[in-house]
Amino acid sequence: MADDPQERRQAMDKEILLQADHITKKYSGKTIIRDINIELGKGELVSLLGMSGSGKTTLFHVLSGLTLPEEGRVLLRGEDVTGNPGRVSYMLQKDMLFSHKKIIDNVSLPLVIRGMGRKEARAQADPLFEDFGLEGTQYLYPCQLSGGMRQRAALLRTYLSSQGVALLDEPFSALDTITKSLIHKWYLDVMERIDLSTLFITHDIDEAILLSDRIYILNGKPGQIRDQIIIKEKKPRDENFSLSDQFLAYKREIIGKL
Amino acid sequence: MNGKLPSITSKLPAAAALALICLVWFLVCETGAVPAYMLPSPVDVARAMVNDFPTIMDHSRVTLQEAFYGLCIGVGLAFITATVMDRFLLLDRALYPLMIITQTIPTIAIAPLLVLWMGFGMAPKITLVVITTFFPITVGLLDGYRNVDRDAIDLMRAMGAGRMQIFTHVKFPSALPNFFSGLRISASYAVVGAVISEWLGGFEGLGVYMTRVKKAYAFDKMFAVIIFIVIISLLLMAFVNLLSRVAMPWVQVEKRQDLASAGETGK
Repeated sequence: MADDPQERRQAMDKEILLQADHITKKYSGKTIIRDINIELGKGELVSLLGMSGSGKTTLFHVLSGLTLPEEGRVLLRGEDVTGNPGRVSYMLQKDMLFSHKKIIDNVSLPLVIRGMGRKEARAQADPLFEDFGLEGTQYLYPCQLSGGMRQRAALLRTYLSSQGVALLDEPFSALDTITKSLIHKWYLDVMERIDLSTLFITHDIDEAILLSDRIYILNGKPGQIRDQIIIKEKKPRDENFSLSDQFLAYKREIIGKL
Repeated sequence: MNGKLPSITSKLPAAAALALICLVWFLVCETGAVPAYMLPSPVDVARAMVNDFPTIMDHSRVTLQEAFYGLCIGVGLAFITATVMDRFLLLDRALYPLMIITQTIPTIAIAPLLVLWMGFGMAPKITLVVITTFFPITVGLLDGYRNVDRDAIDLMRAMGAGRMQIFTHVKFPSALPNFFSGLRISASYAVVGAVISEWLGGFEGLGVYMTRVKKAYAFDKMFAVIIFIVIISLLLMAFVNLLSRVAMPWVQVEKRQDLASAGETGK
């Protein structure tokens, strides 16, 4: 494992999992995002930071194949998957667990959608509950879980529908501060173990610095990538890092660019 | 145990009100304030109910059959209509206003027409039940389909789900609560619809029996039949409730969860 971020970058350059290639998207004649080029390397966590209305969610809709861009392509391991949903896993802002399904059926839904039988899908999802800290919740309904657990269940579902790549749209924004910092640690740990590369939308600058390998700044109207910031500190980063001068320097740099 | 207690105490006021009405009714009759030929005493009604029970049961078998067949066909048609209307926006725009208009036509006005067209058998009765039960279920299902969170559909699409999978995994289960509230209304309409159509002609059924005893001025028997219809309707609604509990186990879990969290916060 390359711990030096520069090495990480170089390793990433060799294996790009997801790539947005010159993407422009308009809605009713109005350009929402223009000429977006971003990459996500294997094992990376990359944040997309930007003001409201800068088109972050629109970009995710394009990347996940929900909408077709006017220009550009989405490449998954070099294969063109533009406008082809079901290839790049997408977790929306809300956990979106279906209240009528037990947790295990919520989580294994992506497998069922791909044509697997319910029993088999459950059997495949079940061993992962422990990894995701959800042991014992398999046969509960979503209303019986706390906010943090629901989010973890949604992440597990995202993982099961992913092919190594996940798009997360502000997955932790609804959680309280303490739950959030716990889930940050947990997420970095689990990501490493299950080998999931993540592109992450957030409003929260601290969260972005704490979690990311790189941060893209998306800004303006229409939204464009203004800059890219590489966070060099080793992961996982503890609370002390968020009090360090280095952290503040990153924060200043980002605020300046927003 | 603790859960049962509030549900019993919450029903007490209604039971007390009912008992009070019966008492007033009894006193009004006993004291002769209203003559017996106009309003039979509850005791007479109860006696009529017991004496006529076998006859009432015979007639109700026919009425229940009509209600049941009509309700089944109504549910089937409503499901197809709502699902097709949800799928094709143009059909929705074309049919929805028409459906509203049909609801303003009084049942009692169509019933004689149906008898004219279909005769005195079961067909016009079943048809009337279909007409009355179809609407609440269709509207319930349509609302349910429409209220599905747009994000839920996006999520399903992002997972690669097709239209049919979105329907079976998200749309239909989300519409179930609305479907059952429609069915609850329709179940009670079904019996009333069958009785109304029997008034206008037929050989058997509670409606036919009602017209017979009315012509004989046997008001105690008429009241007995009315009360019997109320009981049947309530039983049907209870059956629908039971069905909804079996079909939507998560709703019970959510209710218990709400109660528990309300208990925690001391509300």
